[in-house]
Parts: sequence; structure tokens; C-alpha cells
Amino acid sequence: MLRDITIGQHFPGDSPVHRLDPRIKLLLTLAYIIVLFAVHNISGMVLAFAVVLGLYLAAKIPLKVLARSMRPLLPIILFTAVLNLFFAAGEPIVQIWIFKISKEGIYYAITMVLRILCLIAGSSLLTYTTSPIVLTDAVERLLRPLAVLHLPVHELAMMMTIALRFIPTLIEETEKIMNAQKARGADLDSGNLMQRVKALIPVLIPLFISSFRRADELAMAMECRCYHGGDGRTRMKQLHVTGQDVVSTLIFCFAMAVLVATRWLPF
Amino acid sequence: MSDEKMLKTENITFAYEEDAAPVLRGVSCEVRRGELVAVLGANGCGKSTLAKHFNAILLPTEGKVWVEDMDTADENKLLDIRQKVGMVFQNPDNQIVATVVEEDVAFALENLGVPPQEMRLRVDEAMELAGIYKHRAKGPHKLSGGQKQRVAIAGVIAMRPDCLVLDEATAMLDPRGRAQVMKTVRHLNRDFGITVVMITHYMEEAAEADRVLVMSGGEIVMNGTPKEVFVRSEEMKSLRLDVPQAQELCLALREAGLDVPTDIISTEDCAAMLARLLQTGRADG
Repeated sequence: MLRDITIGQHFPGDSPVHRLDPRIKLLLTLAYIIVLFAVHNISGMVLAFAVVLGLYLAAKIPLKVLARSMRPLLPIILFTAVLNLFFAAGEPIVQIWIFKISKEGIYYAITMVLRILCLIAGSSLLTYTTSPIVLTDAVERLLRPLAVLHLPVHELAMMMTIALRFIPTLIEETEKIMNAQKARGADLDSGNLMQRVKALIPVLIPLFISSFRRADELAMAMECRCYHGGDGRTRMKQLHVTGQDVVSTLIFCFAMAVLVATRWLPF
Repeated sequence: MSDEKMLKTENITFAYEEDAAPVLRGVSCEVRRGELVAVLGANGCGKSTLAKHFNAILLPTEGKVWVEDMDTADENKLLDIRQKVGMVFQNPDNQIVATVVEEDVAFALENLGVPPQEMRLRVDEAMELAGIYKHRAKGPHKLSGGQKQRVAIAGVIAMRPDCLVLDEATAMLDPRGRAQVMKTVRHLNRDFGITVVMITHYMEEAAEADRVLVMSGGEIVMNGTPKEVFVRSEEMKSLRLDVPQAQELCLALREAGLDVPTDIISTEDCAAMLARLLQTGRADG
């Protein structure tokens, strides 16, 4: 169930894409997404898709993984395609009853589908090649200037770290509680939807109570280790922008410039 | 061990709520630098509450707690006190903050604002001391209970504290994990002179301490070397506490009419005594 979702999953590796400074990677991903909306024609979109596929090859991430992550979004992609196909204004080339398909419609549909594919592929690449801890760290460092505006940047990053840290612990705990309830005759796997949801209550309540207790103890242990918020904190792992990062960034920016330039192509 | 005092409580009283019955009722005790002190007591006798007073997690309702010459009620000294007196709790899962072992060990140092290069050295040193260096890149959920508890200890000793308070730190571990943790604690105490206060339910652990405090009903009722305390086995039993198995055996042998000393509390001493007894028995027979 939860295991099938590949969005947000991490595939460790040692490619240039993996090694790229996470802050730069995050910013470049954002840049790519913005550029996707500046590109308006098929040739540009095909090129954009080629760029992201090239990065997947460089990162040695099997395209099968990418295909799997797109499958749940297939209905949305099809819906968008159909919508664009029939409702774009233009000279109709085929007409069935009240539905008209124009040349522009086909054109927009293809562009839109490619754009969505690029969006998914691009943002997935970020999480595939960056571990969640490093990504959290990058978010904290990038948002640090906003702390001036009293945005609780450090607190948000700390919450993300703790949430990530406790996912395996809570999964283990859930399994333990489920087994304990099953041992007392609880039926968790049969019945209709309502019955199943109701059957989960005796699992969720102990889970919540124990989570609150854990939170309490964790807070005390953090205080014991001199935690007093983000002021005056240092980090053991420093992020350094290397020469390779600069080269990768320059290449990427060039590719983005080419993509934007496709706007002036006739098709 | 010197005479210099590390921790001192002066007649402290503590109640969790204002009109509730006090959990601590006039506790006065002293821990000297370099000492290994065990605190024993039945459930609910106030030993964990006492432990939380040693690094200002709790402040006494009445009385004073001193860490070296710092009053724990002094808010300006809070970070100094917590850096000096490190604390390890029962459940290792609930005290590990980061998703990677070495990042967790670095947590306290990051809070204290230690520069990154120095931090790296101190984190490596702490992981070596706790014997978890080879697990440094793993996620905490991949480790055993004993290993996790040693990560927690490493996270505390990275601060280079003078004193370590263990609040039933071995209670949730299997025998192997317990042995690993105790070995680490002994190493820190003997070879680095770190003062240790350990709250425990295991009499065998208490038998290794320099001094034992026994608590009951929010007061300290016994205070002495393990031998002095465990010799009073009747009193211990009336407080719903056991004595070490070695001593239990000696008492039984004595009752059976054998000439056995009453002050044997460690397994090694007991084994030596039994060997002697068997040899003399053979010589006599």
C-alpha cells in the first residue's frame, strides 16, 4: 500500500547528480519547473523532456522507476490531454457531432502532456537523488534569510528531521499494537470499509497515546542535551560548493537558456 | 576519587503539583568527583525524580541542589549545568533525535555552538569511547537496544560532562545489551574519572558501585558501600528490594550451617569462596 508510492523515495548512488550540492539541486529543480512554463511549443517540450531523461541516465536511475511513479497520475494526464484536444480555439479539421478537433487542439494537447511528464520527472529526480536528511538541511539553509522575518525556519527543519527519525519507530510500534490487538481477537482485515475503519480505532488510540509519551520524553532528552532553539547553533556537516557544482550549474543554465530560446522557433 | 564534591542536595523537597503529596521529602546527599554511585529503591520511591534534579530538569520545591558550586535554580548557568551533568534515560528510542548515528552524537555539540572541525573530533572520540564508531553511518532503527543506548551515551559524553546520570538506562535491554552498556559505563568511570550516578533495579550492577543509596518513600534510608548496604539483607527485603544473587547464596549456605562470610556480594568473590570451601571440604573429608 504505502510501499508502492515512489514519489519521495530515495535511491542512493554516487553520480554527479547525487553529489551535486543539495541547495543548488533544489534551486535548479525550481528553475527547471519555471522554465517549463516559459516554453510554449512542441520542439521546446521535447527538448525539455530529453534534458530530464538525460539526467536520469546520468544518475543511473532506471526509467522503469520513473514510469512507475507516473502510473497513478495517468488519469490526470489523460484528462488534461482530452480537455486541450477539444476545447482549444482554432480551425476544426475533424468534427464529430458537437466535438471539434482543431490543429491547435492537437498541438496544445501534446505540449501539455509533455509538460506534465517533465514536471513529474524533474521533481521526482530531486527526491530520488537526495536523501531526506540532506534535503531538510538544504531547505533550512536556503530559508535561513527568512528567519529575519520571524519565520521559524530552524523549528520547521527540526520538526521535519524528527518526523523522519520517528517514521521507522512508529511503523514498528503500529505493527506491535496490531499484533497485540489481533492476539486479543481483533479482526483488522475483513468487513466493509466502515467496519475496517472502526477496527483501526483500537490501533490508533494506543499509537497516539504512546506517541505523546514519546514526544514528552524526547523533549526532556533534548533539553538534557542543551537544546535551546536555533540561536547560536552550529552544524557538524558543512555544505561546500565545489568546482564540479559550478560546472554542473553552468551546463544546466545553458540548457535552460536553450529551452527558453525555443519560444522563438516557429513550431 | 577525590573529596571534591560533584553533586550535592540540601534537604530537598519536591512535589509535582502544589497540593499533591511530595515525592521527595528532605533528601540530602553528596556525590564526590569520580565516584560511581548506585541509587536503589522500589517503584515510586522518588529515585527518578531525584535524578532529574541533578541537571535542573526539575527544580526543588524547597532546598537547594548544587552542581560543583552552581545552584541549579540559577537560570544563567542552565547550559553549563546541563553540559556538566549528562543524563541518559530508559528508552533509547525516545532520546535519539537524528536519523544518522553520528548526527545524533553531534546534536548536543551543535546546540552548544561548537565549531565544526572541533565537533568532528569530539564526535569521533565519543563514538570510539562508547564503542559504536563502526555504526556511525547507520540509521538508529537498524541498531540493537544495547547499541542504541550506547549511541545515547555517546551523544551525552560528546559534551565532555564531568558527571553522567543514568536513569534506569539498562532496564529495557536484554542481558547482552546490559553488559555492553555497563562495560562502557565502567570504562568511562575508571579510565576517564567521570562521576556516575546510576539508578537501577539490578542488584548486580549496584554491587559494582563505590557507594549505594537506598531510597524509600521519598527519603534516603541507607547510604554506604555495597557491602555495608547489602549486609542488611532483612532491611532490604522489608523495602521490597533484593540483594545480589551471590549474597543470597551465601546467606542460604550460612543458614545451612556452613562457615561463610556475610559480606560477599560480587559473583567473582562468591565463586572464589565456593572454590575454597570445596577444597577445605575435601581436605577435611
